[in-house]
Amino acid sequence: MEILVCVKRVPDTSENEIEINSDGNDIERDDLVYSVNEWDNYAVEEAIQIVDKVGGSVTVVTVGDDESEEVLRREMAMGANNGLLLTDDAFEGSDGKGIATILKAAVEKGKYDLIMTGAQADEGAAQVGGMLAAMLDYPYASLVNMIEPAEGKMKVGREIEGGNQEINEIELPCVLSIQTGINEPRYVGIRGIRKVASVEIPELSASDLGLDAGAVGEGAAKVKRVDYFVPDMGDGAEMLEGSTEEIIAKLIDYLKAKGGLK
Amino acid sequence: MADVFAYIKHADGVADDSALELFVAAKKIAPDAPVTAVVTGTGADLDKICGEMAGVYNAVWKIDNAALAYPNAEVVRKALVNILPADSIVLLPHDTFGMDLGPGLSIKMDSAFVADIVGFDGMDGATLKVVRQEFSGQVSTHVSCDTATGAVLNIRPGIFQYDDSKAGGDVTDKSGDAGDLSAKRTFVEVVAAEAGDVDITKSEVLVSVGRGIEDEDNLEIAFDLAEAMGADVACSRPIVDAKWLEKSRQVGTSGQTVKPKVYLAMGISGSFQHLGGIKGNPFIVAVNKNAKAPIFQVADVGIEADILEFIPELTEAIENL
Repeated sequence: MEILVCVKRVPDTSENEIEINSDGNDIERDDLVYSVNEWDNYAVEEAIQIVDKVGGSVTVVTVGDDESEEVLRREMAMGANNGLLLTDDAFEGSDGKGIATILKAAVEKGKYDLIMTGAQADEGAAQVGGMLAAMLDYPYASLVNMIEPAEGKMKVGREIEGGNQEINEIELPCVLSIQTGINEPRYVGIRGIRKVASVEIPELSASDLGLDAGAVGEGAAKVKRVDYFVPDMGDGAEMLEGSTEEIIAKLIDYLKAKGGLK
Repeated sequence: MADVFAYIKHADGVADDSALELFVAAKKIAPDAPVTAVVTGTGADLDKICGEMAGVYNAVWKIDNAALAYPNAEVVRKALVNILPADSIVLLPHDTFGMDLGPGLSIKMDSAFVADIVGFDGMDGATLKVVRQEFSGQVSTHVSCDTATGAVLNIRPGIFQYDDSKAGGDVTDKSGDAGDLSAKRTFVEVVAAEAGDVDITKSEVLVSVGRGIEDEDNLEIAFDLAEAMGADVACSRPIVDAKWLEKSRQVGTSGQTVKPKVYLAMGISGSFQHLGGIKGNPFIVAVNKNAKAPIFQVADVGIEADILEFIPELTEAIENL
């Protein structure tokens, strides 16, 4: 099975506090630690496991700049066979539809049975996979937490509300967005990264992809972020202050009053 | 102004909470614009929901088809593309169904798509300004959306609480316009969640742990605290993803809905999916080392601390009472 996994380089929220810059037009990016979007690691792991079972190859693709190459290498160190970097100044400012348009062009340059994305990334939109599928006229399933690989038609499980799982049959080729927890992504050590450090990663520009620059980027975007702001938090929690003993004493008083201690 | 539609989610003859929340959200876009509820399904359950929605929305469009008995997003999308005017503004809940449907629907209708909307900030010509959050709620953004060729807007559940406002209208049967509903993805079944050894939906006091617990071995301190308090241990999603606790202990929209008296959120940042699983207005205590964690916005009492240090001290103090 030929599998394409779409990945994204994002600020790592476990390593950073996200703060807004002084102009309010972006987050403070100077000292941010970036990594691969958490959901994408699960998608790549799943792709590798499928190929281990039924054969084929895994290609990881991203839309970004030179720095995005590091996330491709990381996923190749996990076991993805090929990387593909889609990069062009014309891609800057693309909205979700713009990104899906770029990815669609890359899909059409290859021959893939299965395309995967993470269920969502840093912006929490969960949109690119579903858009890509509709553009390609492929069937789509989101929030996938189980795949039984097969030829022609696969069984997939979707996470739905209440801890339940919705089972679907889906024809190939298809697009699946992968939910965390579907597997346990393998650890990537420094040695693994070194092994793929010199592997060449092809770069494709808008013209390589046959894309009209006007169809992507800021000019084509119908959806644009205007600014960042800190919302009015209202009253919020009463923050308990003082020494740890004082805080614990106050908390225990609250717990007693509210029925939290038996 | 384009026509505004809301997709009504329902199951077993019961409308989802989002059904009426979308009416409230639609009125925030344009208070005077009529809003049409679109209800798909089949049989008596469908008619019942259409009747309920006709009491609230300005109009109801019904699509009755056996292929829509279960809301398979691909089938629903085909039906909507066939019946809706090209430049419609369509509201969906941003839940596991809306995420499945919305992005692809926007492509097929050649309209803009905005996910997970938590607020509206006015319409200027065809440009709609909305509020979203990024980085799991750590920052908010204003987003502009060009609705000139229509828009699909996914609305976060639980934000636009229903306020008993109503317009009222008639049910129109649009079943004949649904067109070809064949699909390349077919629904097979829903597999119900497995029951665990503890039913946290019945617990009165919960010690709930998140990423801040850092390591599986550290779970012991949460169980010790729960034992001292006479509470049960629950958790947020990352703990289940890591397979440290069973799924039956997960609080959130994709896990259990709990209604305790007291909820201790320990090292939990407070994503909306997690908060969506906490009902009944419990007394919430949040302990987190990140003072900006969204959980502090909803908690009653907050403590900025590392749970790995704080929990053992609290346990000891309670044991010594």
